[in-house]
Amino acid sequence: MSTPSDATKPALKEFGTKVGEQEMFLNVGPSHPAMHGVIRIRTIADGEFVKDAEIDIGYLHRGFEKHCESSTYTQCFPYTDRLNYVSPLINNFGFAMAVEKLMGLQVPERCEYIRVIMSELSRIGDHLTCVGASAMELGAFTVFLYMMKAREWIYELVESVTGARLTISYARVGGVKGDLPAGFEDRCRVLIDKVAGVLDEVDTLVTRNRIFYDRLRDIGVVTQEQILSYGITGPFMRSTGIEYDVRKAFPYHVYDRFDFDIPIGERGDNYDRYLVRMEEMRQSIRIVHQALDTLPAGPTNVDAEGRVISPDLMADLGKFGKTAGLLKNEVLIEPTLAGSEKKFHSGVYADDREAWLPAKEQIYSNIEALMNHFKIVMLGHGLRPPKGEAYSCVEGGNGELGFYVVSDGTDRAWRVRCHPPCFPIMAGLHEILRGGQIADIIATFGSVNMIAGELDR
Amino acid sequence: MEESTTLTKIRERFGDAVLSTHSRLGEDTVVVARSHIVELAGFLKEDPELRFDVLMDLTAVDYWKRKPRFEVVYHFLSVPFLKRLRVKVPVGEDDPEVDSLSALWRGANWYEREAYDMFGIRFRGHPDLRRILMYPEFEGHPLRKDYPIDKRQPLIGPRD
Repeated sequence: MSTPSDATKPALKEFGTKVGEQEMFLNVGPSHPAMHGVIRIRTIADGEFVKDAEIDIGYLHRGFEKHCESSTYTQCFPYTDRLNYVSPLINNFGFAMAVEKLMGLQVPERCEYIRVIMSELSRIGDHLTCVGASAMELGAFTVFLYMMKAREWIYELVESVTGARLTISYARVGGVKGDLPAGFEDRCRVLIDKVAGVLDEVDTLVTRNRIFYDRLRDIGVVTQEQILSYGITGPFMRSTGIEYDVRKAFPYHVYDRFDFDIPIGERGDNYDRYLVRMEEMRQSIRIVHQALDTLPAGPTNVDAEGRVISPDLMADLGKFGKTAGLLKNEVLIEPTLAGSEKKFHSGVYADDREAWLPAKEQIYSNIEALMNHFKIVMLGHGLRPPKGEAYSCVEGGNGELGFYVVSDGTDRAWRVRCHPPCFPIMAGLHEILRGGQIADIIATFGSVNMIAGELDR
Repeated sequence: MEESTTLTKIRERFGDAVLSTHSRLGEDTVVVARSHIVELAGFLKEDPELRFDVLMDLTAVDYWKRKPRFEVVYHFLSVPFLKRLRVKVPVGEDDPEVDSLSALWRGANWYEREAYDMFGIRFRGHPDLRRILMYPEFEGHPLRKDYPIDKRQPLIGPRD
């Protein structure tokens, strides 16, 4: 078999149009079932081996950053849901943190705990999807079904808190939309223990499975030099033995109060990444348990009589000016169609009039809160961070998720930049695929957990 | 406020090429002249006391109607020392060109392609500067402030 000399090597611009005599151009995607979202890998194959590859992205570009510039800060949250749609809560909190940093807001302790709990649940969901889907692509369909079942439990919890499964828009600048619903803690404990059970089952099924092991071990190897050169973070980075996790390196929220470990690999291959993800889920479960144990009670409302009324009744009372007793009541909001009810109170919102959307009971019963509400909600008012710039990052499912926000002092961001963790991985993927087999593209690509929503923005 | 050691070191080394520095919100920021970005990046990467070995992010901001109009923004991370640094390079509208960092970090390749795609900033010495998120036939640079958000461009048919 002859290898083409440099002179006959195709120039990058004409990639795929001219190949050597023994080689074949093979196009994978964009609508290939294993290409998860929408992505195209153009390969030059020499027999069964990948001689070179080029990644083509942008199929899901929808102008996230441009939209954020023309929306108010609060209106950006639904857009952030759609970045990494497997763990939207983490995106929400990441963006909220960047704006809070600009405004110098401190969110209440209870809210920080809620954010930690919800982030970790999302991370479990993210890893479940990744491991489940990539195992399915290698033929382990049972694993996929088990993990989707477990993810469903996570989604049930998320739904009971936020009212939605994927597009949750739960965070607000300065807090979260509402408190945890009644009975959440017990349900959460039961369900994450069940998830831990599923992890054990999957462990028994595939970790020592000969076929699974052979398909992953020493495949898709990435070196520390490549990791640093491409700026890859997350499970990819940790699988090569670099111990970097934003939660430990730059602790945000209350992560420094919890006891958890960062799993690291040795070889940087697909199998190590699988193990890292499995262990991270167990660590997340540990964090959630600790957070539930120490979850501080929020400053409960001005609740003199302990009465709780429905929001429509409260609105009616307010309209007719019967506001005298309202401050003594708490209002219940029902975000879900299932009727899961919870309180909205200041325990989950920063105590700052610049950001805090007052509780409904306040709005209907005193003029200050009504004006405050107006100033935040109405067009042309809204949140106004001072002029400046801030970069804030969180540990997303796939690595460091950063938001760089530039404010010009108005109610709309001048620039919102999202640093998606997938992007550097995809930038370096061609090096990882090169030299491997065509069939291994699927295994390696599966371990990336590429989410086109955040990759293409 | 006392200046961080990183900023002091950069100031000492680069003198007049450093246009300004600040540490607002605890984020060390250096604004450096366009001519010195590659030299500065190499220094940050190699200096044993700094070792900013990861180029975490590279993007641009369009300060429309301000001169110079653009700013290329680099975010560096030092994994050994767990420090961050932001470097900004002002770039004018008439000649939006900066030296490429792709020789120092291979990851800069795609970031620079994106900045080119979205802002039309060219990177000198980039091996393969072409659009990445938009399609080749797309006209204009969507994240520039003078590109209207509701502008529609014709869909193109299948290529070859």
